[in-house]
Amino acid sequence: MIFTLYRFNPETDKAPYNQELILDETQIKPGMMLLDALKRLKQQDPSLTFRSSCQEGVCGSDGMNVNGENKLACITPLAELGKKVILRPLPGLPVIRDLVVDMTQFYQHYDQVEPYLQTSEIDLNQEHLQTPMERAKLDGNYECILCGCCTTSCPSFWWNPDKFAGPAALLAAHRFISDSRDIQTRQRLTQLDDPYTTFRCRNIQNCTASCPKGLDPSQAISEIKQQILEKS
Amino acid sequence: MKQSRFDVVILGAGGAGLRAALQLAQSNIKVAVVSKVFPTRSHTVAAQGGINAALGNVTPDNWHWHMFDTIKGSDYLGDQDAIEFMCREAVEIVRELEHYGVPFSRLDSGKIYQRPFGGQSQNFGEQQATRTCAAADRTGHAILHSLYQQNLRAGTRFFNEQLALDLVKDQQDQIGAVMVLDIASGDYQLIHADTFLIATGGAGQLFRTNTNAMINTGDGLGMILRAGLPLMDMEFWQFHPTGVAAKGMLISEGARGEGGILLNRLGEAFMQKYAPKVKDLASRDVVSRAIAIEIREGRGCGEHKDYIELDLTHLDPEVIKTRLPGIRDICLTFTGKDPVNSLIPIHPSCHYMMGGIPTNLHGQVITKQNDQIQALPNLYAIGEAACVSVHGANRLGGNSLLDIVVFGREAARHIHQSLIEKNNQKSETPLKLEAVQKRIDRWQQALNFNTPNDSIDLIKQDLQRTMEQHCGVFRDEETLKAGLPKLDSLVERLNQVGLKDPSNVFNLERVQAFELENLIQLGYATLHSALARQESRGAHSRIDFPERDDQAWLKHSLYFSHNHQIDSKPVNLQPLTLDGFMPKPRVY
Repeated sequence: MIFTLYRFNPETDKAPYNQELILDETQIKPGMMLLDALKRLKQQDPSLTFRSSCQEGVCGSDGMNVNGENKLACITPLAELGKKVILRPLPGLPVIRDLVVDMTQFYQHYDQVEPYLQTSEIDLNQEHLQTPMERAKLDGNYECILCGCCTTSCPSFWWNPDKFAGPAALLAAHRFISDSRDIQTRQRLTQLDDPYTTFRCRNIQNCTASCPKGLDPSQAISEIKQQILEKS
Repeated sequence: MKQSRFDVVILGAGGAGLRAALQLAQSNIKVAVVSKVFPTRSHTVAAQGGINAALGNVTPDNWHWHMFDTIKGSDYLGDQDAIEFMCREAVEIVRELEHYGVPFSRLDSGKIYQRPFGGQSQNFGEQQATRTCAAADRTGHAILHSLYQQNLRAGTRFFNEQLALDLVKDQQDQIGAVMVLDIASGDYQLIHADTFLIATGGAGQLFRTNTNAMINTGDGLGMILRAGLPLMDMEFWQFHPTGVAAKGMLISEGARGEGGILLNRLGEAFMQKYAPKVKDLASRDVVSRAIAIEIREGRGCGEHKDYIELDLTHLDPEVIKTRLPGIRDICLTFTGKDPVNSLIPIHPSCHYMMGGIPTNLHGQVITKQNDQIQALPNLYAIGEAACVSVHGANRLGGNSLLDIVVFGREAARHIHQSLIEKNNQKSETPLKLEAVQKRIDRWQQALNFNTPNDSIDLIKQDLQRTMEQHCGVFRDEETLKAGLPKLDSLVERLNQVGLKDPSNVFNLERVQAFELENLIQLGYATLHSALARQESRGAHSRIDFPERDDQAWLKHSLYFSHNHQIDSKPVNLQPLTLDGFMPKPRVY
């Protein structure tokens, strides 16, 4: 199997380049994931650099661009990738080295939507009550692992990375807007109501197509827009 | 070298570190959190099944029963003061988590959903209790993200993707700073503080087949040993019964809590032989041993008869989809099978470290000097890195998430109080930097090497294989002893090996070298502690000493790396307010 890897080391390289590494067929086992292949390629070239942690799709470390699509390496079966695999860092963010991107801006957008539950005064003697139906509104919203696959596949984010919050941050915003326990809904909607933060979303749907957890940020953004319109 | 100063430095940003950080940041204490990965990538994110609290939302419950179950589950090695404290705080702390935003699943009443887990009973050992609060099977994710989010709100200062290397002492032998490697730049930094809190998590990467994240390499434990302090109960590693066979990903105990059953190749629900009363919901050590015996006696499944199957097919598909969506994803992704209509191949996998850095129930690190147990004034440890010890010889499912938040909060309260009382009168004497500088130089200058066929990665793989072969679910003196020279030869190889990557920017080979130094030390701690303990208790199952021996071994082991010395510490059988639970045979 042939892997074409994006390589860049700022200490030694003036510009990024592609490196071809071959994984011998004898090393490929049924059910192997892309991350397993990367670990073996790193044995060939220990300077190859990529993030990983949980290895089962829950921590969001190993997002990368695989044959043109953003995926998590640890849950992408090699068998689905064909004989030639092109690996690049997530697009639209500065590259630190090889497949590792600088996610500072991504996290800043997340911070800006105030991604934390704001409730009435806390009484530790009781739970908030929430019906199963109210709780079901959080499904599809709270499972985001902040891997960045959605936001970095979004052309609106590529065009306005500083002003458009991007699908991941907006999904987080929607998660709190949808929570029956949160009391800041109106204020949250007001903060999101500007031509860039939310409304730069053009319904391109790349975000939803690339979410490795099967979430639907595009739908969440549509609902935010709808609620903003209803509010005003 | 860059230097900075804080009131408190927390090493590790999993659930324990983040809960402590939140408490301190809310009290306007200048707190820094140093994390090897971005906080939400900590291993807490992978916890599935839930967090225990005697809320009594489904079946009648109270914290006395929870306390009894935890002591029994620990095989009486848990410290009863700490266990009482944890079980008593549980109800309030789960409500607090709920207020912080954790999206717990809900009952029709609107209250938090709870499911039954192994080792839980009503009325001190009678019928099964339903005590584990769950957010589907993503409870760890839900808790970790909510705690991170609340820390953003509180303004906690994070040093992300920075590897803490060592605690640095001053001339008076007090910890004065921590040496940190910024992974992105390759720069080293000294962070000074009044108080240090280790929350670096477990070290399941010591074993080949494990359910742990790559990052679980026991970095905080290595620091403790290098600081001349002991580790406690390191022979106790929990093998979770249901890791995906040959891969290791965890299938939550919640799967059995919802009604899943283990089957051997004959289709027998074999757990009724081993735990007639509670069957598949026996304690994890009991189930892991039962599986190992079934396989050893030829009743394993598959071509090589080397795994067991977990059957969920009789459950309502809706239950699987709504209560166990994460494990369904794992099955579909890693086995290609849907648990709705297929059996899941499983095998015990190394999951949780019950041992760790000994602490009192405020999280203060303790050591033994001249036969005296004493607490260090400005060093704390919490979470899986610590051994407080609430889990004793075996951790019950649902108690680890509880442990991290209860003792995270308590350590932070204690630190806050001691900072107020002390009024920052710590003397400032020069730091002893030689040892850490030597470590840094070793891996900065390790580039001219004459071992082209060896690598950090190969040594790590051999370490994992050695530990699995010599210290698995069952151990005996012969195999444990045979493991020690193998560790010696790994140390020899580590001394010789060089890095093939000379860079500074994001050099993960160098990070792995620092991690491996920690793991090998933990290998020694584990083998020596396991050799010393000549009995079987909880997760430590000696073939040559099959019985529990309360006469000789109702005590904690302490391991010091200097000369691999083993010492001991009494188990606290005296709770805070209740009468103690005296050891009894442990049957389920």
